[in-house]
Amino acid sequence: MSKPIEHDYIGLSEQQLPSMEKSSDKKDGLHLKDTELRLGLPGSESPEREDHDQNVLSLKSFVSGAKRGFSDALDGGGNWVFSGGSGGGTEGLFSPRRGGKNNGGKDLSGSDSGSVLKDGAAQKPSVVQEKKPQVAATSSHGNGNIAPASKAQVVGWPPIRSFRKNTLAAHPPKNDDGDGNAEAKLGSGCLYVKVSMDGAPYLRKVDLKIYGSYKDLSSALEKMFSCFTIGQCGSHGVSSGDGLTESRLIDLLHGSEYVLTYEDKDGDWMLVGDVPWEMFTDWCKRLRIMKSTEAIGLAPRAMEKCKNRT
Amino acid sequence: MQKKTAYSFPDEILEHVFSFIQSVKDRNAASLVCKSWYEIERWCRRKIFVGNCYAVSPTMVIRRFPDIRSIELKGKPHFADFNLVPDGWGGYVLPWISKMAGAYPWLEEIRLKRMVVTDESLELVAKSFTNLQVLVLFSCEGFSTDGLAAIAAGCKNLRELDLRDSEVDDLSGHWLNHFPDTYTSLVSLNISCLGSDDVSFSALERLVGRCPNLRRLLLNREVPLDKIANLLSRAPQLIEFGTGTYAAELRSDVYSNLAEAFCNCKELKSLSGFWDAVPAYLPVIYSVCSRLTSLNLSYAPIQNPDLTKLVSQCPSLQRMLVLDYIEDSGLEVLASSCKDLQELRVFPSDPFGEEPNVSLTEKGLVAVSSGCPKLQSVLYFCRQMSNAALVTIAQNCPNFTRFRLCLLDPKIADYRTLQPLDVGFGAIVEHCKDLRRLSLSGLLTDCVFEYIGMHAKKLEMLSVAFAGESDLALHHVLSGCESLRKLEIMNCPFGDKALLANAAKLETMRSLWMSSCSVSLGACKMLGQKMPRLNIEVMDEKGPPDSRAESDPVDKLYIYRSVAGPRFDMPPFVWTMDEDFASELS
Repeated sequence: MSKPIEHDYIGLSEQQLPSMEKSSDKKDGLHLKDTELRLGLPGSESPEREDHDQNVLSLKSFVSGAKRGFSDALDGGGNWVFSGGSGGGTEGLFSPRRGGKNNGGKDLSGSDSGSVLKDGAAQKPSVVQEKKPQVAATSSHGNGNIAPASKAQVVGWPPIRSFRKNTLAAHPPKNDDGDGNAEAKLGSGCLYVKVSMDGAPYLRKVDLKIYGSYKDLSSALEKMFSCFTIGQCGSHGVSSGDGLTESRLIDLLHGSEYVLTYEDKDGDWMLVGDVPWEMFTDWCKRLRIMKSTEAIGLAPRAMEKCKNRT
Repeated sequence: MQKKTAYSFPDEILEHVFSFIQSVKDRNAASLVCKSWYEIERWCRRKIFVGNCYAVSPTMVIRRFPDIRSIELKGKPHFADFNLVPDGWGGYVLPWISKMAGAYPWLEEIRLKRMVVTDESLELVAKSFTNLQVLVLFSCEGFSTDGLAAIAAGCKNLRELDLRDSEVDDLSGHWLNHFPDTYTSLVSLNISCLGSDDVSFSALERLVGRCPNLRRLLLNREVPLDKIANLLSRAPQLIEFGTGTYAAELRSDVYSNLAEAFCNCKELKSLSGFWDAVPAYLPVIYSVCSRLTSLNLSYAPIQNPDLTKLVSQCPSLQRMLVLDYIEDSGLEVLASSCKDLQELRVFPSDPFGEEPNVSLTEKGLVAVSSGCPKLQSVLYFCRQMSNAALVTIAQNCPNFTRFRLCLLDPKIADYRTLQPLDVGFGAIVEHCKDLRRLSLSGLLTDCVFEYIGMHAKKLEMLSVAFAGESDLALHHVLSGCESLRKLEIMNCPFGDKALLANAAKLETMRSLWMSSCSVSLGACKMLGQKMPRLNIEVMDEKGPPDSRAESDPVDKLYIYRSVAGPRFDMPPFVWTMDEDFASELS
């Protein structure tokens, strides 16, 4: 295996690791929770978030390269250590054997990862209880609002048809817990919206939930439609990975021949970028990359609407 | 003088004999016996099935079979259902409709699955096939209610219109008005996939009221519960019914009307819909429960004990679709109440949640396998499994024809022994000798594939994700599974070697899908050169293959046999590896 798999595999391993609650053998459950690669997620302080991408990369390689290692780790039991932050290569990223590279403890190159694991193990007693939905767990650890990027799922897994997924997304599963953050729960799942582009022969669909910001969305769209625009969006010499802020995005799109617009729940067409990202993902029903000339007059309406809503 | 033997019959007799042969496989076999049988058979074949619309061209089909009345076409690969096939990939039906419009004016049935159907295609269908009786668009997309309006207006003999799971652009609910007032022949209508603006309820009511032969009616979610009673009272002869949203404030008049309406449907055998269902209105269907053979509650968020209570009232159930709210306890009740159960599907209510929200484990499936001797088909989503459970299930149900297990964490081990689930799935293939379809999940090594290659001799379709360790796994399957037709693989670490070693096998299969695996560009090119009757399609949205090294793995690979050669309707991110491609680049 030379290449790591799908960029968003990580979310899967962070979210969907086995539930050992039903197991009579709680010990095994705890081990698995220890070995769960919950970097930067529930219960941790925010610094982990910055490191997330780095850790994500290493997670990716780990998962793809080391099936046997994983099961060895489970057999070996407890305290196996994940050396996050190294980013490259497959084997050096984790030490399944206790006696190996890492001496049985939390000797990690990435200090954040270390603290996360420790915290992860310690702060997660609720995890081994049954029937606590994710919402409760996260909210009780004070980190209710998880950016969509860190919850990314593998495309195609679990294998559920779009029709069913959209039905679930529209009406999220029952949640008996009173502890707030039902909204965070709504954020799980996926949200496919159609993207059309003036002049392109067919539509595309994107899952808004896998992007964390306008920047992510715009670079993904750019890649998707680049074959049609001959690099229109990139024509200002700004590369997509380049720290685009929301306002810069608007500038860029205003400058080029195309602008990115969306249809909101009321059926109005608005310019993308005027509202905070989370609000946008809730409101957006469909996207359209339209010619700037047609988009005149959208901006003022958008700002007004925004004021009315907030 | 032509020698006459006991075996040479006049053509008319043979034709008459062939008319009793309905199965496509048997027809194909008959046509291979000799030239004269081939000729006679092709003139009298009325029904064709094309499993991959790119395997053959419409011209070739028309040339061989001049008088077809029923056609079934499939387009995109199965993994398109899970968004693995990018939009624009293909599967357009228009070229088929255009050619058939001239050649098959008497076409009666069109069944399409996973194809792109435009309004233009539907308008052409309505115009060209005046005798059209059946139109099934299963998981299709690309059309709007305008296209449906054309069908409604033009197909005066339409009996069946089924849009299951299709994606329809909602433009106007008034397409139903396009069925003329004189139109009364509707027998089956499935509009469950339509959105909020797509159905004018009054038009629907009138339509239902004037079609006395209506037997199957599946509504869309937007039809409110308080309208159902009225609708049902106009169609008490229904055999299969799908509700719209099944939630409303509890009102005694609505409740009693509903109960009465259901009670009057004496032939109702199948129920579905139940979106957003609330327990309060469940008892209205109790009068029907004892007759129900099929129940689809997989969109109903009802939980135990209401759910289990409902299930316990349906002793005749053969087919059950439900969410995991049923839990192990509910499945145990199912196992003890429904001895005729043949098919069970349990879907996850919260697939993306970190923690399980329900108590559904392997125990539920074991219970059903033990209590329901006729169980043949299973689709089961859960979060834990053990080899022991799988072995028990396999021993309980040697008659499985379809077994699909989806562990939400795709690489999870046996939760009791922490071993891979090889042995468990091995038991399934060993005991279930008639297994035709299998989906694997969980922690799996090359071993499970060895078992599959050894035992799964009738297996036709295999779905694999996150499994195996080396090319040996793929090799076991390709070399051992004699009946394999469709193989779809995602995120597995194989394999150039296995593919190249079993290239010939690929021509005996309908298709192979591999995404996020380790197949190199070089291997694809080599296959393309070696195997002219295979289309090797490489999909990559990052850029053309020639911009990368030969050893780079391709993102997505779709290989299928074809007598039509490479297709020309590919989007920019799909390349066919054939001899031309290879020579162009070198």
